Amino acid sequence: MQWETVIGLEIHAQLSTNSKIFSGSSTTFGAEPNTQASLIDLGMPGVLPVVNQEAVRMAVKFGLAIDAHIGQRNVFARKNYFYPDLPKGYQISQMELPIVGKGHLDITLDDGTVKRIGITRAHLEEDAGKSLHEDFQGMTGIDLNRAGTPLLEIVSEPDIRSAKEAVAYVKAIHALVRYLGICDGNMNEGSLRCDCNVSVRPKGQAEFGTRAEIKNVNSFRFIEKAINREVQRQIDLIEDGGKVIQETRLYDPNLDDTRAMRSKEEANDYRYFPDPDLLPVVIEDSFLEETRNLLPELPQQKRERFERDFGLSTYDATVLSSSREMADYFEQVQQVSGDAKLAANWVMGDLSSLLNKQDLDIADSPVSAEHLGGMILRIKDNTISGKIAKMVFEAMAAGEGSADEIIEKKGLKQVTDTGAIESMLDEVLAANAAQVEQYRASDEAKRGKMFGFFVGQAMKASKGKANPQQVNELLKKKLEG
Amino acid sequence: MHTLTLAEISRALSAKEFSAEELTRALLDRIAQVDPELNSFITVTEAQAIEQAKAADQRRAQGETGALLGTPIAHKDLFCTQGIRTSCGSKMLDNFIAPYNATVVQKLADAGVVSLGKLNMDEFAMGSANESSHYGPVKNPWDTSRIPGGSSGGSAAAVAARLVPAATGTDTGGSIRQPAALTNLTGLKPTYGRVSRWGMIAYASSLDQGGMLARNAEDCALLLQAMAGFDPKDSTSVDQPVDDYLASLEKPLAGLRIGLPKEYFGEGLDSRIADLTLKAVDELKKLGATVKDISLPNMQHAIPAYYVIAPAEASSNLSRYDGVRFGYRCEDPKDLTDLYKRSRAEGFGDEVRRRIMVGTYALSAGYYDAYYLKAQRIRRLIKNDFVAAFNDVDVILGPTTPSVAWKLGEKNNDPVAEYLMDIYTITANLAGVPGLSMPAGFVDGLPVGVQLLAPYFQEGRLLNIAHQFQKATDWHTKAPTGFLK
Repeated sequence: MQWETVIGLEIHAQLSTNSKIFSGSSTTFGAEPNTQASLIDLGMPGVLPVVNQEAVRMAVKFGLAIDAHIGQRNVFARKNYFYPDLPKGYQISQMELPIVGKGHLDITLDDGTVKRIGITRAHLEEDAGKSLHEDFQGMTGIDLNRAGTPLLEIVSEPDIRSAKEAVAYVKAIHALVRYLGICDGNMNEGSLRCDCNVSVRPKGQAEFGTRAEIKNVNSFRFIEKAINREVQRQIDLIEDGGKVIQETRLYDPNLDDTRAMRSKEEANDYRYFPDPDLLPVVIEDSFLEETRNLLPELPQQKRERFERDFGLSTYDATVLSSSREMADYFEQVQQVSGDAKLAANWVMGDLSSLLNKQDLDIADSPVSAEHLGGMILRIKDNTISGKIAKMVFEAMAAGEGSADEIIEKKGLKQVTDTGAIESMLDEVLAANAAQVEQYRASDEAKRGKMFGFFVGQAMKASKGKANPQQVNELLKKKLEG
Repeated sequence: MHTLTLAEISRALSAKEFSAEELTRALLDRIAQVDPELNSFITVTEAQAIEQAKAADQRRAQGETGALLGTPIAHKDLFCTQGIRTSCGSKMLDNFIAPYNATVVQKLADAGVVSLGKLNMDEFAMGSANESSHYGPVKNPWDTSRIPGGSSGGSAAAVAARLVPAATGTDTGGSIRQPAALTNLTGLKPTYGRVSRWGMIAYASSLDQGGMLARNAEDCALLLQAMAGFDPKDSTSVDQPVDDYLASLEKPLAGLRIGLPKEYFGEGLDSRIADLTLKAVDELKKLGATVKDISLPNMQHAIPAYYVIAPAEASSNLSRYDGVRFGYRCEDPKDLTDLYKRSRAEGFGDEVRRRIMVGTYALSAGYYDAYYLKAQRIRRLIKNDFVAAFNDVDVILGPTTPSVAWKLGEKNNDPVAEYLMDIYTITANLAGVPGLSMPAGFVDGLPVGVQLLAPYFQEGRLLNIAHQFQKATDWHTKAPTGFLK
């Protein structure tokens, strides 16, 4: 049977406010346990929450960026359950009236087509603390530094049809929150976490299959693997006559498998109700307008501008706008060099593979955009050939200075003096007299093949510095005589 | 000295008739002597009180003249007091030393008020008789075989017995006004949001409001002046200027329109209390007030709505008492679930456990709409009743309680009978309007209170009427004879 995968994602993005969502404690990652937990974060008797306006602003920014309805009267609710790292015995979240309502985000698939993914809602909530199960001799340690960190939970529609689409969607959200400056997107530190709701159904069937939720998948690679694994598990199960049950599962990257955590029956009744300690958050039109004016150019707008103004392909424009840092870098190279196409090729080609090899972010690139742009200028004015450029690029990556400095120091300047090239060619032809004889005796088809040999010899003789186009032309003239 | 009101003490202190330290020592002695019979204090903070009194005397010597400088009070034991046990009347918090001051405590301390200690109360403010306290019941100074009312029963007994001239209290369904009525005191529950809830241990967040019990309206005005105001730490406190309550006391009552809701004089009300209430109305008429019969048609639904909303909020508010970070923890827990179950089962008393269960049930999936949402709709109707009524009248008057103080243990096996005692007070909490109870006579030698309710933020009006009434009557000056010496 043909199966179709249906995926909906819940992404928790930690908002990069300076202080927590309901208290003045700092949100810096990695501090000594329990040094960033105030009376409020500890859930002391008598304390009260006060909402952090910056968290509200960030959520609104996100809402505007996905073209969503903004809940101008949104309500915090309590989600009640007991757990040692949840100090109050309830998490302050939003249920019925979230701050961000229906919106959407476009993603670009590998084949360059654009797909629109619906976003059901996004709501504000506080993070819990951390339970530390190691190093306490059979006991559990509690670190409440994270308790009260603001989260934006972004819930997608079940519009995603493959693990690859899911990854593209998470990448798009990741890029968006970083563009907006509302989340650092640091997935190893848990700043962006993903729950995947996965189900399968026979192709053509309208209703959804029963879904399983894979909790807390924390890298793009694991999202893809976990979903693929879970899809296969469900298909195998059904094809063996079994039934998928609604449950929460965990993905174990070491085993590359998911395992059951708790079933629907075991799920908590969270007894949501509006938090009586907090008034509804009322968002005035003026606040909306003010926030709209703070929005930067977003990935999609940037992509469209790159296509329109620079004539880039959709694919190139998508890659180059995938992060704000990448886009800024590309634009600077473009500006210095005045050549968008070459700039795009170098950024997506040699630069990207260099960064990959050294596992670096573009922000930490050893080659500055200024230098790369300067090098492209030298290609364009024929100072160096594309081939020599690769040498110059490597030298720049090794920190040997600007393209001009390297060309000067290493004497890589291209030879374009016709006289010099001609005398060099004469030497090459004299040294290969037999081949010259043979060439002249051959027919057109054979000559084509042999011509490459002379070009290679000539370039070798000039140590790659002779202008390839001139070499071609002059060589042809001499051979044909 | 112990028979003086707060205002009289204030005048005596500024006239240098005695020092704050002398007064404090005298009251501490009296508490040590008398309170064992009443059990109104959970903790007496002698050392801190003397220190605060000395500091107040010093401030006065340096020329400071604040009305409350050096005056003594005591706090209901659910206001957090830094470095001092704040028990909430519960075994659960018997070992809890608060690491910070409630805003109310801080504001009063800043005004130079001397706190003598922490007062007994129903456990987590749940009760109308002060019998649910972990520290034992409080006795009514008017008849020690009777309850003082609750949940601010310790506050009421201590002030009525002249152990302290005034005390803070909190009122979620009548917990200031009802004990004030049963002990011949004046008690004020301000508008919801007028007094900060920061540091006031929550029972039902949307209903809880801090206030005070004192011997007369003037003393309530003095305290409210210092306690009221917007607090950025409490999102539900209201950013509105605080009136000059003392200035409003002396306004004449001519033209005052009083509404008498027919629902307050129906079945269940002791007819002798009804008579005294109407006598109080006559007194106010003599002072220039006019009277109108009105109706609050949804009052009959108030108790059921209250006993859904308050327990629902309480069930969530009290989740933090889990034995993990502070408070009571059971011995040798087997695992996490055992730790939770036994710490809470052993740390909470019967009434608290009952309300947590009721509230948990009311919020459960499948019941939420039928209970919680419906109760919230009733709450809106009750609020609308008040808004409509206040179109026609300036204040609403009625009895504070349907009966006088009952015998200790009398209603122990019948929680619903005890819940019904809050019938006249609960509506003000559901609507959020301010309410005041003032002494209006005696039935069988036991005090009777009359309640006044006003539109939002008109505490000044309530204090004004009570003050004028108290200038014309002497009910509020009566003291329980056994506790005068």
